[in-house]
Amino acid sequence: MTWIAIGSLSDIPRRGARCVDTPEGKIAVFRTADDQVYAIDDHCPHKGGPLSQGIVHGAAVTCPLHNWVISLETGKALGADEGRVRTIPVKVEGERLFLALEALASRAA
Amino acid sequence: MTEKLVIIGNGMAPGRMLEHLLEQAPGRYQVTIFNAEPRVNYDRIMLSPVLSGEKAFEEIIIHGDGWYIANGITLYKGHKIVAIDRTAKTVTSDHGVTEPYDKLVIATGSVPFIIPVPGHDLPGVLTYRDLDDVQAMLLAAQSRAKAVVIGGGLLGLEAAAGLNAQGMDVTVLHVMPTLMERQLDPAAGYLLQRAVEERGIKVITKANTQAITGNGKVEQVELADGTVIPATLVIMAVGIRPNAALAKETGIAVNRGIVVDAGMRSNDPDIYAIGECAEVNGMVYGLVAPLYEMARVAASQLAGDEKAAFVHMDTPTKLKVTGIELFSLGDFAEGEDRQEIVLRDAAAGVYKRLVLKDDRIIGTVLYGETGDGAWFNDLKKKQTDISQMRDTLIFGQSYQGGAPLDPMAAVAALPDDAEICGCNGVCKGKITGAITARGLTSLDDVRAHTKASASCGSCTGLVEKLMVLTIGDKYNPAAVQPMCGCTALGHDEVRRLIMAKSLKTIPAVMQELEWTTSCGCAKCRPALNYYLVCDWPDDYADDYQSRFVNERVHANIQKDGTYSVVPRMWGGVTNAAELRAIADVVDKFEIPMVKVTGGQRIDMLGIRKEDLPAVWADLGQAGFVSGHAYAKGLRTVKTCVGSDWCRFGTQDSTGLGIRIEKFMWGSWTPAKVKMAVSGCPRNCAEATCKDVGVICVDSGYEIHFAGAAGLDIKGTEVLGLVKTEDEALEHIVALTQMYREQGRYLERIYKWAKRVGMEEIRRQIMDDGEKRKAYYERFVFSQKFAQVDPWSERVSGKDKHEFRPMASVGFAEAAE
Repeated sequence: MTWIAIGSLSDIPRRGARCVDTPEGKIAVFRTADDQVYAIDDHCPHKGGPLSQGIVHGAAVTCPLHNWVISLETGKALGADEGRVRTIPVKVEGERLFLALEALASRAA
Repeated sequence: MTEKLVIIGNGMAPGRMLEHLLEQAPGRYQVTIFNAEPRVNYDRIMLSPVLSGEKAFEEIIIHGDGWYIANGITLYKGHKIVAIDRTAKTVTSDHGVTEPYDKLVIATGSVPFIIPVPGHDLPGVLTYRDLDDVQAMLLAAQSRAKAVVIGGGLLGLEAAAGLNAQGMDVTVLHVMPTLMERQLDPAAGYLLQRAVEERGIKVITKANTQAITGNGKVEQVELADGTVIPATLVIMAVGIRPNAALAKETGIAVNRGIVVDAGMRSNDPDIYAIGECAEVNGMVYGLVAPLYEMARVAASQLAGDEKAAFVHMDTPTKLKVTGIELFSLGDFAEGEDRQEIVLRDAAAGVYKRLVLKDDRIIGTVLYGETGDGAWFNDLKKKQTDISQMRDTLIFGQSYQGGAPLDPMAAVAALPDDAEICGCNGVCKGKITGAITARGLTSLDDVRAHTKASASCGSCTGLVEKLMVLTIGDKYNPAAVQPMCGCTALGHDEVRRLIMAKSLKTIPAVMQELEWTTSCGCAKCRPALNYYLVCDWPDDYADDYQSRFVNERVHANIQKDGTYSVVPRMWGGVTNAAELRAIADVVDKFEIPMVKVTGGQRIDMLGIRKEDLPAVWADLGQAGFVSGHAYAKGLRTVKTCVGSDWCRFGTQDSTGLGIRIEKFMWGSWTPAKVKMAVSGCPRNCAEATCKDVGVICVDSGYEIHFAGAAGLDIKGTEVLGLVKTEDEALEHIVALTQMYREQGRYLERIYKWAKRVGMEEIRRQIMDDGEKRKAYYERFVFSQKFAQVDPWSERVSGKDKHEFRPMASVGFAEAAE
């Protein structure tokens, strides 16, 4: 497993997200109120809304376009909606954040 | 030609009469009212809840100042009429105003009876008639000292309960052996006394007041049997008598009250009398229902219906003391030819008694459980033969004919002409008819359309049951819609508690109000953030993570994740330099779409998020600031060219629009606010479908509000007419602040206005100068913290993380 450094925890506001650009599109990296970090594709399974722009509550985000609520842990839509967005493994080492390389590469393949 | 109608007195009866008259004969009379009290018409029945602190005076006003203005009625406040000249047909007030009349209505009400014992005129001896009395009592109650109420009737007990609720040590003196002996039999009077005493109010019956003594002010009350009761406040509530002195001096026939025929006309055919001062068929009245009936008759007579006639009716008595249920009706004295049915349930504190004559109900006393009062009243009124149901009659309507029914069924079984609201004489059929015909779904709607439950409110439960019966699930009285799944509290409750508990952060709100989630959700967080921004403008640090993305990055997110940018164009006015700057920005950033908006400005669509700060920097160079086209806040103020250019323009509508926009930009509101100013009633700025609009006219500025042209289409309501631009601005700002403080998050002005009532808004903004000023000042204060251009802040580097990717990861890099 190869991990790519993407920055530090303090780069992301609590209850917020930042994006990582990849040739395949953006990955949204979230930081919750209790400093858990999650990464998912920045692409709502509903109509492709940028999930990184949504309001973060608990371990979930509400899409800014049509208010779907996506679990950051599983990538699944919560509530009555059905759909799933890809999750990318994240590692936090001290302050530093890493995304799993294989996950990225496999997406490219 | 319009005739001159002069009314002496401005209580509930003449107020109601005018409502009828305006409906039946609009424009027939030019109306002038002289009110000895220095205020508008209010609901006197509700003084007791004001005294006990359950209601504020504002809540019991029937007609605000705006109502008189809107109906062209002249109201002299604080003018007591001292002379009527029947030959010249004029009246003269104590301030020297003389007014001619064609028709005169005397509605001088009643005066409290003062027992002429020594010391009755000492400072600290009050009566209980009007708001001045209540205010004096509230002032006295602050001392938490001892009070004596003389009189254990309806008024005396309500006064005692109110003073008790205000923390005073209260003793009630009643000359008869039991309380409310005119309405209650001794058994019910006893139960009532027990309930009153349980509240900590002392009751002394058979108490004969001999003197009130004190050195320069009230210190004690002395009874004939030698008892001495210390007191700093004495309320005389032993009864009222018709206030007919003025009529008598004028030579109008007066017995106990002003003698009138069934058409409410005195022996002078141009002079009518209504209300407590009138005596009809040898009877004088003190409860509101017959007084309203007099008002109806007098209005019909004045409108030309000579057949309208007053018919005597028995009115049920109810005591407005929270927690004491009491109902009394008709004649309940014992007699040879009468039988009675009595039910006592000591454990439940229930006592019911029906007095029958020839198998018909003639009197009813209910204590502790009064739900069947309306049904008994109906049986009595219709003189229904009750012999078939005699055995179960006392158990109430639910028990008639087989198994007991639930209370809902009891209401369902009431005939359409059964009276529900005694104060306003509204029957069941009228209420259910209005609910169906007008699609009413709330209690306030029903009150507005039928007046049922709008006076004393004691029939509210019945009206609510009728609503459930008529529209089922669409009406759910107890349900408050919770803000979201994180709490059971509704928006109003949360707003109230934020203020009451001085909660100044989102975590504090969630902790104190026991949120069920750790950090809320996408519904409650933006709402809470708004409420805190609005309520604590100087203390609260805006929580950007609780704002919807548009308000976080100050642009509008589009379906593809790009943004649109709308700079402010004050009042929709622009120039060549601004247009050139926009054109340059469009070229430089390859903006794919440029569009003119409905709010008279220019929208640039399809801008990448990363480019936003650079776009704003260029726009800022040309003097542009954010147009807040994304905000739950002030959007645009649309204008027409007004008197500067237009041959029809009456005022400088463009200038006023710009002034409003410059004054109010940056303010956050519960939902978006769009405004417009039109320079004449041709209304080219389409002001009459805006949240707030102004129509300029020759005489000033007509302020409109509560329009909608989105999901719903709705023309505006008129707030009122003001003379100057300064006044227009002050009224609009105050209105907006009232909405900011009361609106629920995402609730547009028209929905808020419907919820709180147009009249209430007019009253606070148009009629109450102090309130308006206070709203205005709170808005101005909050603007100190709100008027910061969010674009230039971000050009200077604020929240730069928002606009930049955290990292860029390429495959070449990943493969290494």
